[in-house]
Amino acid sequence: MKTEVTIAGVTFQNPVMTASGTFGSGMEYGEFVEIGRLGAVVTKGVAADPWPGNPTPRIAEVYGGMLNAIGLQNPGIAVFMERDLPFLAQYDTKIIVNVCGKTVEEYLEVVERLGDTRADLLEINVSCPNVKEGAIAFGQDADCLYDITSQIKQKARQPVIMKLSPNVTDITEMARAAEAAGADALSLINTLTGMKIDIARRSFALANRTGGLSGPAIKPVAVRMVYQCAQAVRIPIIGMGGIMSGEDAIEFLMAGATAVSVGAANFVDPCATIKVLDGMENWMRQNGVTDIHEIIGCVQS
Amino acid sequence: MERKRKEVGTVISQKELIPGIFDMWIETKLAHQAAPGQFVMIYPRAESTILPRPISICQAQKEAGRLRIVYRVAGKGTKEFSGYEAGEDIALMGPLGNGFPLLAAEGKRAVLLGGGIGIPPLLQLAGELPGEKVILAGYRDGHLFLQEDLEKCGPFYAATEDGSVGVRGNVMDALTVHRLEGDVIYACGPMPMLRAVKQYAVQKGIPAYLSLEERMACGVGACLGCVCKTTRKDAHSHVKNARICTEGPVFEASEVDIG
Repeated sequence: MKTEVTIAGVTFQNPVMTASGTFGSGMEYGEFVEIGRLGAVVTKGVAADPWPGNPTPRIAEVYGGMLNAIGLQNPGIAVFMERDLPFLAQYDTKIIVNVCGKTVEEYLEVVERLGDTRADLLEINVSCPNVKEGAIAFGQDADCLYDITSQIKQKARQPVIMKLSPNVTDITEMARAAEAAGADALSLINTLTGMKIDIARRSFALANRTGGLSGPAIKPVAVRMVYQCAQAVRIPIIGMGGIMSGEDAIEFLMAGATAVSVGAANFVDPCATIKVLDGMENWMRQNGVTDIHEIIGCVQS
Repeated sequence: MERKRKEVGTVISQKELIPGIFDMWIETKLAHQAAPGQFVMIYPRAESTILPRPISICQAQKEAGRLRIVYRVAGKGTKEFSGYEAGEDIALMGPLGNGFPLLAAEGKRAVLLGGGIGIPPLLQLAGELPGEKVILAGYRDGHLFLQEDLEKCGPFYAATEDGSVGVRGNVMDALTVHRLEGDVIYACGPMPMLRAVKQYAVQKGIPAYLSLEERMACGVGACLGCVCKTTRKDAHSHVKNARICTEGPVFEASEVDIG
């Protein structure tokens, strides 16, 4: 059975990855998960300087999902390169570093510093709904997205994945802009902006008032957007949004994703990534699928 | 190496101690390593829920492999747990967090302060803490819980908000009224109480170990949901926002910026 997939010239042993922000830098889950079995680890977003993130509460559960407003807390690229990258480099998996910034210059600084490291690909976060400056501002306007993508592409030594926001009128417009600017791949979807009110306290459940919705509640939206983007562009797509099982992963692959990321499911079970991978392989066996490529985008034919 | 995972334990018994507060014993190998002040994540079965619930360890019989949790029904998850009967499976992970530092009490007089649903973790602490100690617990009203268990561990004083039992007011009021003194404080309870404890400890110039809580998602330090502002940069975050699930839940009062 063949589960290998290739994105921008990089071959992954299987299409199951972690979704940025839900798996730390891998270290936190090292006692639970055989990291070397994963297709890739996608790290928590890292910026040029340390970011403190938002006030708490940062987390709220909602029906079938959760809201988060972490605000991209991170220790900055220097600590990341010294501590987190060497940890991941021990494993037989690919490393995708998620990059965030408040200005184009900040993104470029991180991208440049990662140039001669063990990072295999860069995932550019232009879609976090929880920070006021930068981030999502670059991902909600096609011209801005085109501009930042092309500037990053000029500096990046690794393939560039643009992570798109679902909080737009037409996600295919963003997908096309990123592709036209030279992006090597797309990740979608980031979280959907949501809100929860604590009626007992007559106040917002999150200190940030709004947060990003993730978990099984968003899966149908994510599958639809992956399908639409797969129709609109030729570059590969990493699909994510509420994947809880092998069957969910298969659904994204059929919609046109070349790989998938497991996010909120890590909180339901710290071993979720491996369970999704095992579940996907079982499904392939039971359904006589010998090469994962037989099902990638198969709903389109 | 044996990998950690979400474990399945068995409910041994469950009863409602006072309205809305439940007492459950669980058979689980997680008990073997449990230390006072640590917590476990308990996973509801309902598929509409996706987050585990962090619940403090009230007692651990390490050899027998039994954990006791005493928890308040606060939402969908704890409501579900409160319906579990003896013999049922319960999914849990842990023990998590640092726990209370026991050595800090050696040769000292310890004051243990618990407020409301912050009282349960004091029981295992009171049992394991060496040396002289007093225990103060603050309740809303005359519905006391864990009183008998705590009385076995040392001198016990209650405070109630409505004055129906013990000193009227909170644990700090009880401390003053009974003229109790100590060299080290261990505390768990609501944030206003912990702020008062910190203020008191600073005034007296003694260390106070505070157990904090916050909304959590992963419980293993990955999601950065449950941070607390700290006075110094910790080795992990580099931004004075330490993870309560990993660097905590117990912090020395001077380490945290709780206002």
